[in-house]
Amino acid sequence: MSDRSPYAQELALFGTRSRRVRLAVALTVLVALPIIATPFQLDLANQVLLASIGALALMLLTGFAGMISLGTAGLLAAGAFAVGILVRELGAPFWVTLPTAAVVGAFLGLIFGLPSLRLRGVYLAISTLGLHFVVIYLGGEYEARATLSTGIMIDSPSIGGFILSGGRPWYFLLLGFAALALLISVNLQRSRTGRAWRALRERDVVAGALGIDVQRFKLMAFMVSATMTAIAGALFAYFRNFVSIDAFSLYLTVQYVAMIIIGGMGSIPGALLGASFVILFPYAIEAIAGYLPARFGNMVFALDYAAFGVVMILFLLLEPAGLMGIWRRVKNSLAVRRARSES
Amino acid sequence: MSLQLVANIIVLAAIYALVSTGYVLVYRVSRVLNLAHGELMMMGAYLLVATAGLFSGNPLLALVLAAICGLAMGMVVYAVLMRWMTGEAVLAAVLITIALGILLRGLTILIWTTQQYYPGATFGWRNPPVHVAPGVQISAASLAIVFFTFVVYVGLFVFLQFTRWGVRMRAAGQNPLLAEQRGIRLHGVYAFAWGLSTFTASLAGMLLALDSGVESTMATIGLKAFPAALVGGLDSLLGALIGALIVATAEIAAIQYVNPLLSDVVPFVVLLIVLAIRPWGLFGSREQLDRV
Repeated sequence: MSDRSPYAQELALFGTRSRRVRLAVALTVLVALPIIATPFQLDLANQVLLASIGALALMLLTGFAGMISLGTAGLLAAGAFAVGILVRELGAPFWVTLPTAAVVGAFLGLIFGLPSLRLRGVYLAISTLGLHFVVIYLGGEYEARATLSTGIMIDSPSIGGFILSGGRPWYFLLLGFAALALLISVNLQRSRTGRAWRALRERDVVAGALGIDVQRFKLMAFMVSATMTAIAGALFAYFRNFVSIDAFSLYLTVQYVAMIIIGGMGSIPGALLGASFVILFPYAIEAIAGYLPARFGNMVFALDYAAFGVVMILFLLLEPAGLMGIWRRVKNSLAVRRARSES
Repeated sequence: MSLQLVANIIVLAAIYALVSTGYVLVYRVSRVLNLAHGELMMMGAYLLVATAGLFSGNPLLALVLAAICGLAMGMVVYAVLMRWMTGEAVLAAVLITIALGILLRGLTILIWTTQQYYPGATFGWRNPPVHVAPGVQISAASLAIVFFTFVVYVGLFVFLQFTRWGVRMRAAGQNPLLAEQRGIRLHGVYAFAWGLSTFTASLAGMLLALDSGVESTMATIGLKAFPAALVGGLDSLLGALIGALIVATAEIAAIQYVNPLLSDVVPFVVLLIVLAIRPWGLFGSREQLDRV
């Protein structure tokens, strides 16, 4: 028993020295980034941070609790429209709209989660898809009636008299929210809740037999995930200074699903990797399209769709464990090679 | 409710019914939900655009050629993609079809751009209105849709009930292991089911293109036909027909009496109601459902 590590060390997030060093390096890079990056690069970084929140939320629900949802775009729209409506109708400030968006998200999470008590697998995915269309319809209806045009303008938020606009302030705000989402995800994974979710993912009947309150933890997974997604949607509305229902198509949902597949199902770093990949992918395609015949250059978005479909198919067929799976394989083969050369 | 409204409901129901046969065929035989079905339907319409461009003087040849390509398309999709998903988690198969849908959307725009095409006009066909009853008129292409839906349903019933391949298909759907034991080549049956599924979808896409043209947003109609398949029960062809009638009635009534914007959401509201009350659908078999 003596080689067992004490609980305090097990529970600490950054227990070992190497972890602390890695954290310090990561923090330094993240803080230094906005100083050296161009405005364009900074905008990319902000988009990645924003997407990371949604990807982590979906990873909690699908990767950990094993329930597939096609409702991400609907939930993002709900958060964004909560902000849009409050700002337009009441001129509500940032510290009112954001918690409201969170409450709206939690409520919708409950609604989206109710079918999970009766359905699973593909049928559950379809029910969230149906709810997606309902949310989008309500948003479109408000947009058509209230604005008589497409979209709601939103002023940059002010926090304590400081107006939040431009790449750098937003970078630090989004970094803060993404870090919070990451911390919540890591801690949920390590806790009783995370273990209950993993049991649900493997087999919910057995989880119930083990004394896990199946209904409670299923609904909780949906509510936590939806709250995080709605907050990401609210931040998106402020970040773009504009809300329109056109931004929340089914393709957006597919992108988030692709993030967790490409990153690696069931892995928190995978969600971050996948978010970066999916956000940066169109820019890479755009860069490549510059070398193609002009005919294709004019249809970058179509090229992006097609290439994205191919990449998704390739990952599903060849590397279901995603980028994290590739990383693990590389690490293993390096370790094997090192061990061989030492012996 | 005027007779014209009834005619509109029947036409919309026929479209949904024709498209939803594809969902049912693939689900019934291989338990895969094909979320690229709408895009495959759109591909059928574009195939007609392509053949119409080649043989504008011979509409029949163009139509038959496009339909054969539609049949082949499903078999190719199975052989290249879905074949590798046999035995994998159902979820992975669904995700592959979603990815395929995105790929097809991109490809159709790359090849045909976002422009609207009228293959009927290429043949010099005007799609004249037809009086089907006093004061009721629908377009000739709509009438053709109703007719072909009827033909496809009768044909599929006879095929599944009485022919050798039909029996094999039902056997594979009921119990793949036993079917394989009895010497049925599952991959062949699955590929054929995919072919038939895209054949009927292409037919629907081609008729819709003759009626009102084709552009890159057509795939939405295919997705809206999915609730029809589910309302009836995902493994029942008769159910799909009745589900299509229910969904079309709800949609036309909502457009007529409440709000035209409801058009896109009503099929999914019907779907949510059915999922809440009777998730296996009106005619679906209960025991096979992925229920908690």
